[in-house]
Amino acid sequence: MSTHVSAAASPEAGYNFAYLDEQTKRMIRRAILKAIAIPGYQVPFASREMPMPYGWGTGGVQVTASILGRDDVLKVIDQGSDDTTNAVSIRKFFERTASVRTTTHTREATVIQTRHRIPEETLREGQVIVYQVPIPEPLRFLEPRETETRKLHALAEYGLMHVKLYEDIARHGHIATTYAYPVEVAGRYIMDPSPTPKFDNPKMHLMAALQLFGAGREKRIYAIPPYTEVRSLDFEDHPFRIQTFKDPCALCAATGVYLDEVIMDDRGGRMFVCSDSDFCEERRSAGHRGSMLADAPAALTGDSTHA
Amino acid sequence: MYVAVKGGEAAIDNAHRLLAHARRGDPAVPELATEQIAEQMSLLVDRVMTEGSLYDRQLAALALKQARGDLIEAVFLVRAFRTTLPRFGYSEPVDTARMELRRRISATYKDLPGGQVLGPTFDYTHRLLDFMLMANGEAPVAPAEVEVQPDEDGTPRVTDLLDAEGLIEASSALQDEAPVGDLTREPLNFPAERDLRLQALARGDEGFVLALGYSTQRGYGRTHPFVGEVRVGEVEVEFTPQELGFPVPLGRLTVTECQMISQFKGSAAVPPQFTRGYGLVFGQSERKAMAMSLVDRSLRARELGEDVVAPAQDEEFVLSHADNLQATGFVEHLKLPHYVDFQAELDLVRRMRAEHERAQATHLSEAAE
Repeated sequence: MSTHVSAAASPEAGYNFAYLDEQTKRMIRRAILKAIAIPGYQVPFASREMPMPYGWGTGGVQVTASILGRDDVLKVIDQGSDDTTNAVSIRKFFERTASVRTTTHTREATVIQTRHRIPEETLREGQVIVYQVPIPEPLRFLEPRETETRKLHALAEYGLMHVKLYEDIARHGHIATTYAYPVEVAGRYIMDPSPTPKFDNPKMHLMAALQLFGAGREKRIYAIPPYTEVRSLDFEDHPFRIQTFKDPCALCAATGVYLDEVIMDDRGGRMFVCSDSDFCEERRSAGHRGSMLADAPAALTGDSTHA
Repeated sequence: MYVAVKGGEAAIDNAHRLLAHARRGDPAVPELATEQIAEQMSLLVDRVMTEGSLYDRQLAALALKQARGDLIEAVFLVRAFRTTLPRFGYSEPVDTARMELRRRISATYKDLPGGQVLGPTFDYTHRLLDFMLMANGEAPVAPAEVEVQPDEDGTPRVTDLLDAEGLIEASSALQDEAPVGDLTREPLNFPAERDLRLQALARGDEGFVLALGYSTQRGYGRTHPFVGEVRVGEVEVEFTPQELGFPVPLGRLTVTECQMISQFKGSAAVPPQFTRGYGLVFGQSERKAMAMSLVDRSLRARELGEDVVAPAQDEEFVLSHADNLQATGFVEHLKLPHYVDFQAELDLVRRMRAEHERAQATHLSEAAE
């Protein structure tokens, strides 16, 4: 897969460019501007009902629909991959309703919508990454009431979160949060980075690209402007650490990237491969070869026609 | 055996083809026409219109057909269509006192102005399967209809009768001219006012609202309710275009309205009186309208200075979970891949197990010494 113009020459008949009407887009853009002006602050917005279910990316889709222009090049990933079912479905949605160019190459994309990952390749200025967010409130599981959590944010009263992390250390000897690991944005708001593995948290810090977060069911938008400080919460004696993997990617031999575990058979056979499928493919085409590349099923390498 | 990670696109296309095939069922059986659904599954269509927040029988019938009869999926299709429609204004308040009644019952008065009209109801039927229906029996003969002749001013609502005596609170603290909220256009913020609560309940899942209403009857926030009145019938919708300055009729809706009357002990400032719970839904759905009116009354706890102790009184709990599209979306999203999060958890569990084993080993060796 690579860049291609969608088959439909014009957007879906009967619908506006990128599905949403222009009034709605303007409302969402206002929320986005406010979110950018107050990094990490959750801006309520009048989330619309979308033709895909809540929990499947309606927030991200609305943000993308509102910022997409005709010259944009869109990349959609889920779990780091362009080929997971929901990524395919959302990419098709924008091909149908906006007829924009789509790509799987991180470098070519101007807008990247993602669920659960940040691409391995460093994002550059001018790019926008749109995160799909299920629960935007980092304090939600500590305090279920919105009326309370909004107060806590207003007062920057984040003791609850620090107590939670401390209790983790007391109980387990380390912080037991592995994804959706809370961050402090621009020294003020504590923010949920969406359920990306904490491995990706450092990429958010001083990122050159604009980061937008959309939560459709919960009706919240928040943002991190380019080059903003993003600090993962930790303690002096228990500094923040990311996951590490013992072996490199079995397909492209990359190290220092996030790996998915793939079960090969029912006898315990498994391999670890890049979660970012585009990154992995590019490395392989540049000649990098992992230890199991020769034996890997075509469905994994994407080398032959799709299974 | 291995897990196919690639090939999502082809799989989706194939799944959609299979779905279309499964929807049609056995081609030897005649295809169901949307008119048949609209006419003969009318209460189901009513429910799709109510929870879909769009009064259009034909579209609701189409949605049911396309959704293979899955109610929430049909609501989903209707809502996804509704969301794209332009909003050109708000109608005048519908006057249910002027409703053309099809059915009207009161549980608080044996007889009352306008009378009790039983109308088409399952109440008092014996729930015995009618095997004649399966044998495609003849269409039943239409009963002779007696026009219910409303007074010039319509049929007064029971609550209006109580109001005349001052026994019930005034109908609403909101003025007619007050702007009406719309949670499909503005984000819902808490605390939410009654207009938004009623909107959320009207759109809310019938099963959820029913269970909450039921819970208030079982002691979780009791309100001592009486059905002042349930009425079903047709009302006219009027709209005042700016350029005309007077209301013009837009069309007619079938609606069900319930006015629930509940006890209120009174306070230092207010003498004991009855309070209101209100329910209004599209089509004929007395269950939903009644349950809605119970929950509406419970959610007024804050306003009436009652202790909030039960789920049905807790507006954040009720309004955040009443919408079946939001609920089904988030529950079913667990089907989506969570590889990377699970990978993170796998890693953590392995590490913790290794630490656990080391701790056990140390403990054992210490015990041996």
